[in-house]
Amino acid sequence: MSVSVQESDFDISTEIDRLSAGNDSIGAIATFAGKVRGVSHGKPIATLALEHYPGMTEDELSRIEAEAVTRFSLTASRIVHRVGTLLPGDNIVLVVACAPHRHDAIAACDFLMDYLKTNAPFWKKETGPDGVGEWVDARTSDDQALRRWQKTDL
Amino acid sequence: MNNETQRSEITIRYFAWVREKIGRTEERVQLPASVVTVRDLMQWQQSRGPQFAAAFAQPEAIRSALDRIHVKADAKIGAAREVGFFPPVTGG
Repeated sequence: MSVSVQESDFDISTEIDRLSAGNDSIGAIATFAGKVRGVSHGKPIATLALEHYPGMTEDELSRIEAEAVTRFSLTASRIVHRVGTLLPGDNIVLVVACAPHRHDAIAACDFLMDYLKTNAPFWKKETGPDGVGEWVDARTSDDQALRRWQKTDL
Repeated sequence: MNNETQRSEITIRYFAWVREKIGRTEERVQLPASVVTVRDLMQWQQSRGPQFAAAFAQPEAIRSALDRIHVKADAKIGAAREVGFFPPVTGG
C-alpha cells in the first residue's frame, strides 16, 4: 500500500513492476490511468493546474486505499496523483489494484477512483489558449457514482 | 473581557477559488468566543472585509475540514488547530 502526490510524471509499467515484484499471491492487476484532455466542454485547454491540500491529501488517499484493501482483499495497491501545471496528454492519476482474482482488482480500481474524485482534496483549474483560467466545477455524477458503493454496504 | 475562556489562535487555510477571492493561502486568527461551529466561523468571515464577504457570500458552496478531516458546517471547532475552506473537490 502506498500513495504519492507528486509534480513529476509516472510510468505505469514501472509502477506495476515495483508493486508486484516477488509477490506470487497476485493473480490479477487492474489499473486506471487518467490523462489531461485537450478539450473540455467544447473549449480547448492550454494548461491544467492542479492544487491540493498538503497533508490532508495524503491522509485522505491513504484512508481510501486502506478501505479498498479491506473491501476487496487486495494483495497490493498504489495511488499516484500529480499536482502542478500539466499539459494536454499528460498523465494525472494512476491507481493500481492487485488481488488474487480479477473481479476484486477491477472493482477496487473503480471504487478507488470514485472515492478519490469525491473526497481527496484536489482542485483543477483549466486555462484556455486565451490565457483565461476557470476552476472546474464538481460533478453531481461523481456523487452519484459514489452512492453505488454505499448501497452495497448492506 | 468576558467570562468566556480565551481561545488560542487557529490557522485557517484557503484553497482554489476561496484562496483567490481572499488573496491569501493561510492566516493565524484569534476567534471570537461567539464562534462555536464551522458555520459560525463562515458567518464571522463574511464580516472581515470585502474579499471575505465575496469568498463566503454563499457558504453552502464551500466545504470545510478541521485538522485535515472533512466536516459538515455544523461541526464544533472545539480544540482544532487548523480549519480548511475550499470548493467541492475536483481531482482524478
